[in-house]
Amino acid sequence: MTSSPTEIERIWREESRRVLATLIRLLGDFDRAEEALNDAFLAAAEHWPRQGIPANPRAWLVSAGRFKAIDKMRRRAKLAAITAELSLPDEEAEMAPEAEPIADDQLRLIFVCCHPELPPDAQVALTLRETCGLTTEEIAAAFLTKPATIAQRIVRAKSRIRELDLRYEVPEAAELLPRIDAVLRTIYLIFSEGYSASHGVSAVRADLCREAIRLVRLLRELLRQEEPEVEGLLALMLLQHARQAARTDSEGNIVLIADQDRSRWNGTEIAEGVRLVEHMMSRSPLTAYVIEAAIAAVHATAPSGEATDWGEIVHLYDLLRRADPSPVVALNRAVAVAMRDGPEAGLFEIEHLLESGVLASFRYTHAARADLLRRLGRTEEARSAYETALALTQQAAERRFIEGRLRELSAFLH
Amino acid sequence: MRYICLVHFDVAATFAGMSETQRAQLDTDSLAYDEELEASGNLVVAEALQPPEEAVLVRVRDGRMSTTDGPFVETKEQLAGFILIEARDLNDAIRIAAGIPLAKHGTIEVRAMYEIPRHDQQPD
Repeated sequence: MTSSPTEIERIWREESRRVLATLIRLLGDFDRAEEALNDAFLAAAEHWPRQGIPANPRAWLVSAGRFKAIDKMRRRAKLAAITAELSLPDEEAEMAPEAEPIADDQLRLIFVCCHPELPPDAQVALTLRETCGLTTEEIAAAFLTKPATIAQRIVRAKSRIRELDLRYEVPEAAELLPRIDAVLRTIYLIFSEGYSASHGVSAVRADLCREAIRLVRLLRELLRQEEPEVEGLLALMLLQHARQAARTDSEGNIVLIADQDRSRWNGTEIAEGVRLVEHMMSRSPLTAYVIEAAIAAVHATAPSGEATDWGEIVHLYDLLRRADPSPVVALNRAVAVAMRDGPEAGLFEIEHLLESGVLASFRYTHAARADLLRRLGRTEEARSAYETALALTQQAAERRFIEGRLRELSAFLH
Repeated sequence: MRYICLVHFDVAATFAGMSETQRAQLDTDSLAYDEELEASGNLVVAEALQPPEEAVLVRVRDGRMSTTDGPFVETKEQLAGFILIEARDLNDAIRIAAGIPLAKHGTIEVRAMYEIPRHDQQPD
């Protein structure tokens, strides 16, 4: 078999992340591994056109990368005459890579990138770069920040990994669940960033949703055992992502779920999400992501906003409150109660939440309260609540939405 | 992507504390790193510079060219050389910059290339 440059490029796309994950384990260092990965593909570009593509390109690349790295370390040691300081890979690392469970290296890499010892924003940047293969510049564009900021976040995270000597391994069974939780939190952060940004800003950011879905699928495949939260998060992201195209109009304005054109929802993603939810809802105990996904599934399968089973949604929020007793869940439940029993009932719950002092600086509390007051015809109070919400809102599309509501109310008053 | 690694260091202070052999070693290491970057496909061009005292500053104002002697600013760390590299991204460039032997003595400034936009199309 001969190899063309495009063939090598295809192998780079398919294999480079996996080869990198293994090289990090073998060489014990991110930067050395990245250098070795580069050298391995350089060697491939030199050898493969003449000798053909090896039967197992991944193993070939791992071998080549490791060999080049060791060779380089030896040469550098000789040149700088600091042999004693250098730690060459130990005997174990010299083993043939074919014998190693290479798939697990990617899992190890995910666990290291999402280690709870690292700050959350560093976990996100590191995961996107090392596991998904995004460049620093792409991550910066997605998070609307400077490449230099992301680059330093990554550099610091890597030195923190070295300082703390974080182990490059899949956590033991006893530790596995909390560590998976940390990984899922990072993945959901990546997803949410892309999802909230999708209000007509940039395509790069919408890609974050796809990366997050791809990551959780990878995690699912690598774990080789059914983890309810992993299944739940995949279902939740699919069901939310399914609505993406209908969430904004052609001008990038927010379209509320009740007003969305349901024919623009992605049927394939809904079907997969619903299938996962049905499967997981028959298991116990129910976990937070599974219940959230179940709520999203009720919305996704309703023929219209009015024909949504709000009773079922309130019931699911009751279950969710037990799994996740956060005030945000209580707020969402109040909105569902308003849909089931009328605005008065929902308003009562929101007032109660505000009285207890939580969520007073959360813009959605005031926006939800304003909406219920508006529906009750309490126009002046509604207007003042929208103004409070507006003062707490930075995002352009959300501001436009609230300003639109305020204009409607003024028209009503005059 | 292309990045330039600008190597700044305090030539006098660094060399004052070095033996002849150490200086020679620094030269050897620097040349070896250039070769290494060439072999890894990262090198576009690498050059060391004469000290700023040898520089001439050129300006054109109102169509008239004038020249003055360097150095332009008195700083301890001076631009002593540069390596133009091809790297996957900024973190890859930082990794390469950290390997430059003079990074141990001075500061490497990593800058991404800026593509000057072409404005040759006239708007109608």
